[in-house]
Amino acid sequence: MAIAGSRKSSGITNHVLVAIIVILWTVPTFGLFVSSLRDKDQLSVSGWWTALTTTESNNTGRAPPPSEQVERDGSFVLAGNLFAEGGSGTVVSFGTRVQNPNEFQAGQTGDIGDGVSLTVNADGSFEMVSPVAFEGSRGQRIFYRAGMPPRFTLDNYREVLASAGIGQSFVNSLTVTIPATIIPILIAAYAAYALAWMKFPGRALLLSLVVGLLVVPLQMSLIPLLKLYNDIGTLFGVDAKTYVGIWIAHTGFGLPLAIYLLRNYIAGLPREIMESARIDGASDFDIFVRIVLPLSLPALASFSIFQFLWVWNDLRVAIVFLGAQNDQLVLTARLVNLLGSRGSNWEILTASAFITILVPLVVFLSLQRFLIRGLLAGSVKG
Amino acid sequence: MERQLIGAFLAIVIGVGACALYYFASNMILDLALPFRKGGARAVRNQKLAATIRPWLFLGPALLILTVYLVYPAIDSLRLSFYDRASENFVGIRNYVWAVNDDEFRQSIFNNVLWLLVVPALSTFFGLVIAFLTDRIWWGNIAKTLIFMPMAISFVGASVIWKFIYDFRSEGSTQIGLLNAIVQGLGGEPQAWITLPFWNNFFLMIILVWIQTGFAMVILSAALRGISEETIEAAIIDGAKGPQLFFYIMIPQIWGTIAVVWTTITITVLKVFDIVLAMTNGQWDTQVLANLMFDWMFRGGGDFGRGATIAIIIMVAVVPIMVWNIRRANAEMEGR
Amino acid sequence: MTSVELSQVKKSFGTVDVIKGVDLAIKDGEFVVFVGPSGCGKSTLLRLIAGLEDITAGTLKIGGEVVNEVPPSKRGIAMVFQSYALYPHMSVYNNMAFGMKLAKASKDEIDKRVKAAADILQLTPYLHRLPRALSGGQRQRVAIGRAICRNPEVFLFDEPLSNLDAALRVATRIEIAKLHESMPDTTMIYVTHDQVEAMTLADRIVVLNAGRIEQVGSPMDLYLHPDNLFVARFMGSPAMNTVPCTIDSGGGTPVVTPLGGKPVGVEIDIPDSARGQKGTFGVRPEDLTLTDAGNAIFTGTIQIVEKLGEVTLIYVDCGTANEPVLAKLDGIANLKKGETVHLGAPTRALHVFDAEGKAYRRRD
Repeated sequence: MAIAGSRKSSGITNHVLVAIIVILWTVPTFGLFVSSLRDKDQLSVSGWWTALTTTESNNTGRAPPPSEQVERDGSFVLAGNLFAEGGSGTVVSFGTRVQNPNEFQAGQTGDIGDGVSLTVNADGSFEMVSPVAFEGSRGQRIFYRAGMPPRFTLDNYREVLASAGIGQSFVNSLTVTIPATIIPILIAAYAAYALAWMKFPGRALLLSLVVGLLVVPLQMSLIPLLKLYNDIGTLFGVDAKTYVGIWIAHTGFGLPLAIYLLRNYIAGLPREIMESARIDGASDFDIFVRIVLPLSLPALASFSIFQFLWVWNDLRVAIVFLGAQNDQLVLTARLVNLLGSRGSNWEILTASAFITILVPLVVFLSLQRFLIRGLLAGSVKG
Repeated sequence: MERQLIGAFLAIVIGVGACALYYFASNMILDLALPFRKGGARAVRNQKLAATIRPWLFLGPALLILTVYLVYPAIDSLRLSFYDRASENFVGIRNYVWAVNDDEFRQSIFNNVLWLLVVPALSTFFGLVIAFLTDRIWWGNIAKTLIFMPMAISFVGASVIWKFIYDFRSEGSTQIGLLNAIVQGLGGEPQAWITLPFWNNFFLMIILVWIQTGFAMVILSAALRGISEETIEAAIIDGAKGPQLFFYIMIPQIWGTIAVVWTTITITVLKVFDIVLAMTNGQWDTQVLANLMFDWMFRGGGDFGRGATIAIIIMVAVVPIMVWNIRRANAEMEGR
Repeated sequence: MTSVELSQVKKSFGTVDVIKGVDLAIKDGEFVVFVGPSGCGKSTLLRLIAGLEDITAGTLKIGGEVVNEVPPSKRGIAMVFQSYALYPHMSVYNNMAFGMKLAKASKDEIDKRVKAAADILQLTPYLHRLPRALSGGQRQRVAIGRAICRNPEVFLFDEPLSNLDAALRVATRIEIAKLHESMPDTTMIYVTHDQVEAMTLADRIVVLNAGRIEQVGSPMDLYLHPDNLFVARFMGSPAMNTVPCTIDSGGGTPVVTPLGGKPVGVEIDIPDSARGQKGTFGVRPEDLTLTDAGNAIFTGTIQIVEKLGEVTLIYVDCGTANEPVLAKLDGIANLKKGETVHLGAPTRALHVFDAEGKAYRRRD
């Protein structure tokens, strides 16, 4: 490689370009992650990027009600801390009138009328002193401007897991995805072996069929299958929407790709190993179970990941075959549901979305080698 | 919750177990019915007979499922497109006539064409450039993983993510959508991006490009690495520089792969409805065929006739690619 | 009494005839080598005997029984492949035990046989390793061990040494020879394109060309008495010099004149009727020696001299449009390009072939 120079050494522009691209690509997801951790009030009023630094914003607090006033040196005092609820920050300015919320600087003592003076310190502690007793039932509203450090919370996740049905949907998704990953692999492996190494009439034709089916859009199948399921349901008096139904449906939709990938791989295994086994007295079944399967593990792993991600992230098959009943929704459907019904509750949206994304991300990050290897099998053409 | 978990676990075990059982059982039965271990003329006959039956045992489940779930429905969809909403009465080509005249349908076709033109092209282009760039730096693999990550996310999840970017608040108020925040920060007027007629399609497309670029990048990166080093060296000796190398030496050698990537993404574009459903549900003229079909499956109790019609039209768009794929696969098979 | 007998065996792939009618009888305990150029069908023939391909026509008998329809595992054969074909995910022990496990042999039986085979091949320290942890030579021995464990009546070898480097090849070749000595009742059929392997290992060699047998015989038979031009040119390296010639006379004192050479008497049965006809004259490079003008068959100018230390090869141009005559002289000969030399050979080393390439019978 002396002439062309090392592939690995290249100019600063290259690094910068790639860095920009990477940032562009990861910012959206990062934004969601940050948002899901924010306090729900903050979420809807400021962009998520503000949560990363201390920002100043206008807020409202309330003094304790007059019933809590304390007498001191002949005056009546109401005291407290604007950051009482576990927050913290630095007060910059404050006021009691909507028209002038930043009338006084922090640390000053302001006259807010009726002889009452209000002091708010930078740390949020405040004191309202009046020569006469306070009246009324509600505490005085205090407007203040403060710099708030980022406040993160897991509350959103807690709320979402408990009440929004995410927990249940998570289990539903698992129940759908795991068999819908394993069963297609089983069936496809046998079929792939038959197509690769067994002799029977019509083999080439079947192969062409599989390749052709690779591109048939799901949409073609949905309506007739829905009718079929419903008909069978009424015929046998059973519910048309069952887990078995969706397992087989996902198997059907995933089989063409599975058979294609596995067949390519298995056909590439050395013929002589199988001939040797045949001489040793192995039947096709023996060869498949004892030799082909163990040697095909990489391909099987690759496809499992594909299928797992595909089924987990699927929306339409779940809605059509599993139904839209509340307790049957899978994670993706639940998310769409929430988008529609609680679309303005960003905190629920973000946490739910991130939970939906979490499992595939983990699977992807830990097994990406296999996934990529699977993608490449049969795709690279000269 | 525990009950659900246990129930789920049992369901999984039984489902998978039943499937595996079929294979063992069927083979065992075959071996019992046609014994061959003892030797002799009978054994020979049996083994031959078994060898003709066994492939079909292996293929059986796959063939059955493929037929029921892909072949039969494809044919039936065609049939249903000639029937009415509840599939009871034959109505000839009325559904097709309706489609051609329906505004929403026309809009969908127009939009789909836009999607088909833009998304595969952009994804492939970005994928190629990124593959080229990341191959040359030491942290290339990390970069690639990060760019590929969106592929693991569901389309719905992606939609939520991008909702945060496109969010709109009225002018002057704090923007929480990243795009509007940047626009407003630069002095411009914030827009409700996904409602802007015509342009909103592109904003939705960006989401799919964001996802699919990773796919294109991975495959094209492998293809680039497969280019023989020597052709590049020979070209350098001949005096070729960077861009010339790229366009005249590297791209022609991976043309086949580029075509594969392009067509695969095209198929995905035709199938995707989740993004449109989640972001706009077809409003503001963003409707696409896949979502429209889904809509008609359930709208007003479901009109299967119209839904099937749309499905058929999607299929028609796919057929050229299917034919090309089969031809290519057959040509390859000659070598085996 | 095990033997392998092929009668009019034919094999076609579609419309292509690969084996065109082979008759061969292999005796009990013989070591037979199939040899020939690429594509001659030697591997196919081996696979037909193994049962990995179906016979299109003709009969194959192993041990006196017709086995055309019998599956490989029931023919009493074992095969060693060119690429070893070891099961990569099984240990050496399990590789060798695989067949017996399938036949449901007892654990003791399996253990005994595997250990015995490992002993013969010095594989005992490697029994629990995986193939990828072994060298090429060791893997080949495992492949042989696996074949031994099958206790076959016929051993089949499909170019087993091609994947080994030169030194290893020699060593393993000797081991195979020793193996044969230790199993005198086992018939071995060996396919190779390498003459040296054929000459050193075989009891008999079968030379194949384009799906037909050219000649069957012991190594020396083929070397000294090739039946036709093909075999004559195939055996021996460098190849025999073959020069067109005219038959001056036949009968009692046959004389032929090779192109570019002088008339020479031969001790070969050439009929009188062949007088005046064209034929081919053959003499091996190693049989040509420097001589004087009177005894020379060929006289010419040296074109190229190749000194190899143990021999010197000279390419002599005899003034014809033919290729130069190649002579292989012992040791280091002090010859230079452009020199004129006279080449002669003893009468017993001369061959004459008729116009169709078939050899005239030698009288000795």
